[in-house]
Amino acid sequence: MAAAVASRTAPAPVLVELRDVTKVYGVGESEVRALDGASLRIDDGEFVAVMGASGSGKSTCLNMLGCLDVPTAGNFLFRGVDVGTLTLDQLALLRRNYLGFVFQGFNLLARTSAVENVELPLVYRRVGARERRARAMQALEDVGLGARAKHTPAELSGGQQQRVAIARAIVTQPQLLLADEPTGNLDSARKVEIMKLLVELNQTRGITIAMVTHEPEMAEFVSRTVNFRDGKVEWDSKSGEPPPRSGRTSVPGRAGPP
Amino acid sequence: MIWATIVMAIREIRRNTMRSVLTTLGIVIGVGSVIAMVTLGRAATAKITADIANMGTNLLIISPGSERRGPTSASAPALKVDDAKAIEREVAAVSKVAPTASRGALIVYGNKNWSSTVTGSTNEYFAVRGFTIAKGQSFSDAQLQGGTPVCILGETVRKELFGPQDAIGAAIRVGNVSCNVVGILASKGQSTFGQDQDDFLVMPLSAFQRRIAGSNDVGAIFVSASSDKLTTKAKQQIEALMRERRRIAPGQANDFAVQDMKEISNTLGSVTGALTALLGAIAGVSLLVGGIGIMNIMLVSVTERTREIGLRLAIGARGAEVLMQFLIEAVALSTLGGGLGIVFGLAISFAATRALKMPFALAPDIMLIAVGFSATIGVGFGFFPARKAARLNPIEALRHE
Repeated sequence: MAAAVASRTAPAPVLVELRDVTKVYGVGESEVRALDGASLRIDDGEFVAVMGASGSGKSTCLNMLGCLDVPTAGNFLFRGVDVGTLTLDQLALLRRNYLGFVFQGFNLLARTSAVENVELPLVYRRVGARERRARAMQALEDVGLGARAKHTPAELSGGQQQRVAIARAIVTQPQLLLADEPTGNLDSARKVEIMKLLVELNQTRGITIAMVTHEPEMAEFVSRTVNFRDGKVEWDSKSGEPPPRSGRTSVPGRAGPP
Repeated sequence: MIWATIVMAIREIRRNTMRSVLTTLGIVIGVGSVIAMVTLGRAATAKITADIANMGTNLLIISPGSERRGPTSASAPALKVDDAKAIEREVAAVSKVAPTASRGALIVYGNKNWSSTVTGSTNEYFAVRGFTIAKGQSFSDAQLQGGTPVCILGETVRKELFGPQDAIGAAIRVGNVSCNVVGILASKGQSTFGQDQDDFLVMPLSAFQRRIAGSNDVGAIFVSASSDKLTTKAKQQIEALMRERRRIAPGQANDFAVQDMKEISNTLGSVTGALTALLGAIAGVSLLVGGIGIMNIMLVSVTERTREIGLRLAIGARGAEVLMQFLIEAVALSTLGGGLGIVFGLAISFAATRALKMPFALAPDIMLIAVGFSATIGVGFGFFPARKAARLNPIEALRHE
């Protein structure tokens, strides 16, 4: 599987593609159609903001892009490989080798130093201890936290914790970085700081980023915005069409986070 | 990878030091008590064996009466000195033969008296029973043949009658018989069963028979086999000879008994061995309880760390790797408990063997078994929580509050 993905890396600019994907949770009365015929293509180097109201399917879309979930119907292709046909272990290897994750709640290991947190994905890649430490330190330098490597999450501010989480996501040099409301738990100054860091990673490192957010201000930083509604892509800034109704985003009456 | 997982597990255990120690307590107590029970049981076995060996080298005791009905059976004819002579003459596998007869008597010296046992026998008796003459000398041939009333005192009798005084040459009264002390035996101390082996005195068998018993019966014949491998053979030969001498028809039961002390020692050894196994098994039950304690805490840990598990799965850990991580944690906990348990068990058995004056010997096999068993418990009881962790859905685990 990994070889198949690698062999298609060079020529194809298409990184991931959702083709008419439907995702249904539950059965019968309690059935929920989180995605209902969604199609989306993300090319190498893009920075995509996935937006939409609560229950619009944007989180499910991100889980799908992150290979944490597979479609009920339709196809999700990662570098041309149909992820729906992979086993759980193959999905894990795909995440391990090609993906990075940043979460709203940071999800750092408590009472574990920043550098050890950043090392974690490398442990699963079976990188030796010395190289692991060197690469983790480099990643922390890259996010501007080289001096805080020995601090535990409790000793770091929210913005710093999210930087550690970003370092953890980029230490493996992923092809796709998935960010789930990365600025959701931060004050506005920190939000801007984190967004600038992500933009920098996208532009200087060429890391493709897909970010779920409900904050229109954050969408200002990105190169492309995709709006979800009722499990479908309602509007894509790439299409060149004007956004529907109220401006660029359709987040009428802003509900709570999904 | 395995190494990194082990390091991770140890870090996780140290993060919750108090909880980890309390969790392993069950295993500590389980392993500790198994080791203490087995070590103490073996020490008791060793002590019993040593004490029986102390009764005499390769000792066999022939007494009248069948084994089943006991030596006091009235119907069985008594043994005679001639029986002892015949055994000495005709049984190749024996080295020393001592015919003996005993009875209780009041011993008096000056204004002191002491109730003890008087035994009539020959000089062979000392060799067979493992006594040495500490002071004075053994009986002379003239004394043995002539029935001279002389005696050799056990240490207890000497102490009670003479205290710090010199006993050699003194005249004491044994029952109604006046008797000169010619020697003192070295002390052998208490037997396993708490009997004082030094509380008796010996006089020549001829003197005992004539002056005290008033009959020429022999109560028992003490025999020493020529080597420890020959005790069984000696027993068979003595039985054959005695059946012939007592004219017992083939198919009829013996009207005498030959006790092989080594056999008795082996029997007692197997009894204490069985008791040891039983106590060890009961202690082993607490190991199971300890295992359940570990399972409980691992389940709590999996629930507590649901988000961590979700994160690990998201960044590419396979289910098997998460399973391995939690399994190694459980095994590390139980092995830690096993290690502490060994220390605990050894401390208890060392103190107890000291207190009971028993020989202390390490039981490396039981230590290995106990640690192996506790690691197995870690795997067994850790598997269920670990599988629960490995089967978590990463999306739901990451959302877990």
